[in-house]
Amino acid sequence: MRLTLHIWRQKSPKDKGRMARYDLDGLNPSMSALEMLDVLNEQLTGKGEEPVEFESDCREGICGTCGFMVSGVAHGPMKGTTVCQLMLRNFRDGEELWLEPWRARAFPVIKDLIVDRSAFDRIIAAGGYITAPTGSPQDANCLPIAKEAADRSMDAAACIGCGACVAACPNASAMLFTGAKITHLGLLPQGQPERDRRALSMVAQHNAEGFGGCTNIGECEAVCPKEIRIESIAHLNRDFLVASVRNRANVKPVATASKYKRDPLHVQG
Amino acid sequence: MKLDARCPTGPIESRWDRARFEMKLVNPANKRKYTVIVVGSGLAGGSGAASLGELGYNIKCFCFQDSPRRAHSIAAQGGINAAKNYQNDGDSIYRLFYDTVKGGDFRARESNVYRLAQNSVSIIDQCVAQGVPFAREYGGLLSNRSFGGAQVSRTFYARGQTGQQLLLGCYQALEAQVHAGTVTMYPRHEMLDLVVIDGKARGIIARNLITGELERHLADAVVLGTGGYGNVFYLSTNAKGSNATAIWRAYKRGAAFANPCFTQIHPTCIPVTGDYQSKLTLMSESLRNDGRIWVPKQAGDERPPNQIPEAERDYYLERKYPSFGNLVPRDVASRNAKYVCDEGRGVGESGLGVYLDFSDAIHRLGVDVVKDRYGNLFDMYQHLTAENPYEVPMRIFPAMHYTMGGLWVDYFLMSTIPGLFVIGEANFSDHGANRLGASALMQGLSDGYFILPYTVGDYLVSAKPETASTEDAAFAEAEQHTVAMVQRLMSARGRRTVDSFHKQLGKIMWEDCGMARNAQGLENAIGQIRDLREEFWSDVKVLGGADELNQALEKAGRVADFLELAELLCRDALERNESCGGHFRDEYQTPDGEAQRNDAEYSYAAAWEYRGPQIPALLHKEPLEFEYVHPSQRSYK
Repeated sequence: MRLTLHIWRQKSPKDKGRMARYDLDGLNPSMSALEMLDVLNEQLTGKGEEPVEFESDCREGICGTCGFMVSGVAHGPMKGTTVCQLMLRNFRDGEELWLEPWRARAFPVIKDLIVDRSAFDRIIAAGGYITAPTGSPQDANCLPIAKEAADRSMDAAACIGCGACVAACPNASAMLFTGAKITHLGLLPQGQPERDRRALSMVAQHNAEGFGGCTNIGECEAVCPKEIRIESIAHLNRDFLVASVRNRANVKPVATASKYKRDPLHVQG
Repeated sequence: MKLDARCPTGPIESRWDRARFEMKLVNPANKRKYTVIVVGSGLAGGSGAASLGELGYNIKCFCFQDSPRRAHSIAAQGGINAAKNYQNDGDSIYRLFYDTVKGGDFRARESNVYRLAQNSVSIIDQCVAQGVPFAREYGGLLSNRSFGGAQVSRTFYARGQTGQQLLLGCYQALEAQVHAGTVTMYPRHEMLDLVVIDGKARGIIARNLITGELERHLADAVVLGTGGYGNVFYLSTNAKGSNATAIWRAYKRGAAFANPCFTQIHPTCIPVTGDYQSKLTLMSESLRNDGRIWVPKQAGDERPPNQIPEAERDYYLERKYPSFGNLVPRDVASRNAKYVCDEGRGVGESGLGVYLDFSDAIHRLGVDVVKDRYGNLFDMYQHLTAENPYEVPMRIFPAMHYTMGGLWVDYFLMSTIPGLFVIGEANFSDHGANRLGASALMQGLSDGYFILPYTVGDYLVSAKPETASTEDAAFAEAEQHTVAMVQRLMSARGRRTVDSFHKQLGKIMWEDCGMARNAQGLENAIGQIRDLREEFWSDVKVLGGADELNQALEKAGRVADFLELAELLCRDALERNESCGGHFRDEYQTPDGEAQRNDAEYSYAAAWEYRGPQIPALLHKEPLEFEYVHPSQRSYK
């Protein structure tokens, strides 16, 4: 099968970037979109042209490393699918595809299709956890949890942190990502003691990173490869509101990218 | 090189308690004065870094991915074992210990395995406290299932995403420590060398994968939790980035490498469709509970499966193993699939596949029951292959999955280099020659949460690392060594891509060092690997620069290491003149064609010492003694 690709090429964060056209022939419909890029890169390297840099790791839709826009849709046209499991048989022979990196101020492009998503780690660091130092817990079955609560918590916990929700949102909001963690932990009894603090500090960090606010457009839910529901954002809003009324603690965001902590022992070679 | 496992003696139930009591403690006020480097952020590295950070040590944690949450532990599907006996079905710490020693075909250390079974109980408590949403019953208590042929239900799970949920639990604990300031995270950094000063591990050379800068990092101890080396086979169920570089370069600095030939091949993966194939996708082993495996009786039968009459099908597992049938262990199922494909009876475009047929199950149970049990797996299969398994049999084929071998460690998880600790799949310790289902997650977390925090402290107090700096000559030497290797890769300017070498290596390994091995094939493979390695260094083509993000360069370094490790793997397989667990030698089988162990001569862990590029590695043997579980022959007839 034959496809024409237009791919975003950008050598470095400072480079302006441009779309480049590549015509590929002899593709197998059973290939994934990433295997198609592997084939392209083998050909480019053979010709002495630098390969297209893109990220992937597990290639089975669970690690969240891969992701780019396929003709304007995050992860492409198949519902509930990351690009690593997007098979070419879902495209027409001869089709033209436009591949671009996630576009968001909080996700600066590093090179070609690779962006910096470290803002997500900082949102988690701000409060996306339950404090339970190793060794301290009681027996696991001392804390019964209703099956429905555990199941709904698991639905939200399935988020892979790929960033598609941000890329699809006209406001570049990360509230689906943030809301999924707040929902996952907030539905469990273990998550209650830190619930107010979690909502306030994660939202503060989210805003400090430069993500926009949610205006209920729903594009995030439509492209989410794990089909996280937009009700997670309702959960976030509720927790944030209640926490704000109850106790507007003095919440400061953790460092953002520009102030990323450096190690004093570190010596540059 | 001397191998001292430092196993405590006395009754096995109290060995770990005694060892913990005898370990030295670090004064709480002094902990922050010690720096510990943790390389890898999966279940082992992530849990270790978080737990050491909670204790107050100054931790630097490195991962090559963009975030610690990407580590390949995330892909584990099935579950995690624990001897909770919540089901009242006769499980106990002793039974989990017994099953693990036997499942490993008597090639693991009893003391280590017993401790693993003991820790399994605390792991579940810890994970629940962190908010891991394990499956539950309507009464609110935890749910269990039986897995991998175990006779008790001891597996805890979170849908088919257990690894993901456990990893997110430890990732969140790690990020909490980043916030608290005890852990500094270095994502997109790859360890390229270990720095040894005065015989002790004191730091690493890491490449910043965005800028290409080489950085020197100093510490009082170094921990490797960098996973297994399954990608030496190119096609595997491992993630694309999974690599052996950290452990291999530590091996070249003096850490012994143990049992490299103990590799595990998983029987139920989706078959290869073409040369472009980049990885293999696992389908849960639970499918074998109801699916029947068969191939046509006649070689070269190209009829669609539904047109092959019952009498012309060979249900070869049911025929050869009437009592276990389709539920034989992973190694037996995998090997038999290879045999039928070697006979030309494989199915699918490539001829490398066997049918896994659910038509009997659908007939017996109805579509709804089958859908309820396996619906998500059937959907995934259909999504990837465009075939409907409710109507036509699935096609499956074995794939490289897990490596039991790794760096040799003593009971304290310390390698033969003082101050270098190795945890999780990266070490060789607990699974012997074969790992049971749902045991990998258990081992990674046991090492990281419940062993490392004690043993690192004990080392720091006993060894009292001297003051050192990154200006030390050993840092300069290691950095120059790394620079030279990077330059050599960049300057070869040959004709072949890195992937083409990796694929060729994978074919050699799969063919001659895969599911069944023999002396002639292994010798042949060693010759081919040497030739390929030579060709690689003269003809590899890496474009772009070394001072920027360059994935081809990253891969080239990893493939260079695989090209060396592959040879050691084959040598170890050649040296082990017996069949055990995942290591099957054609020459050593029972009259029924099953693995024939040789306990009199091979009841040892093989630990290889690196002696230089042109000198063959030296074999050291750590004898294994079985005081509690007495070696017996496995039989599945």
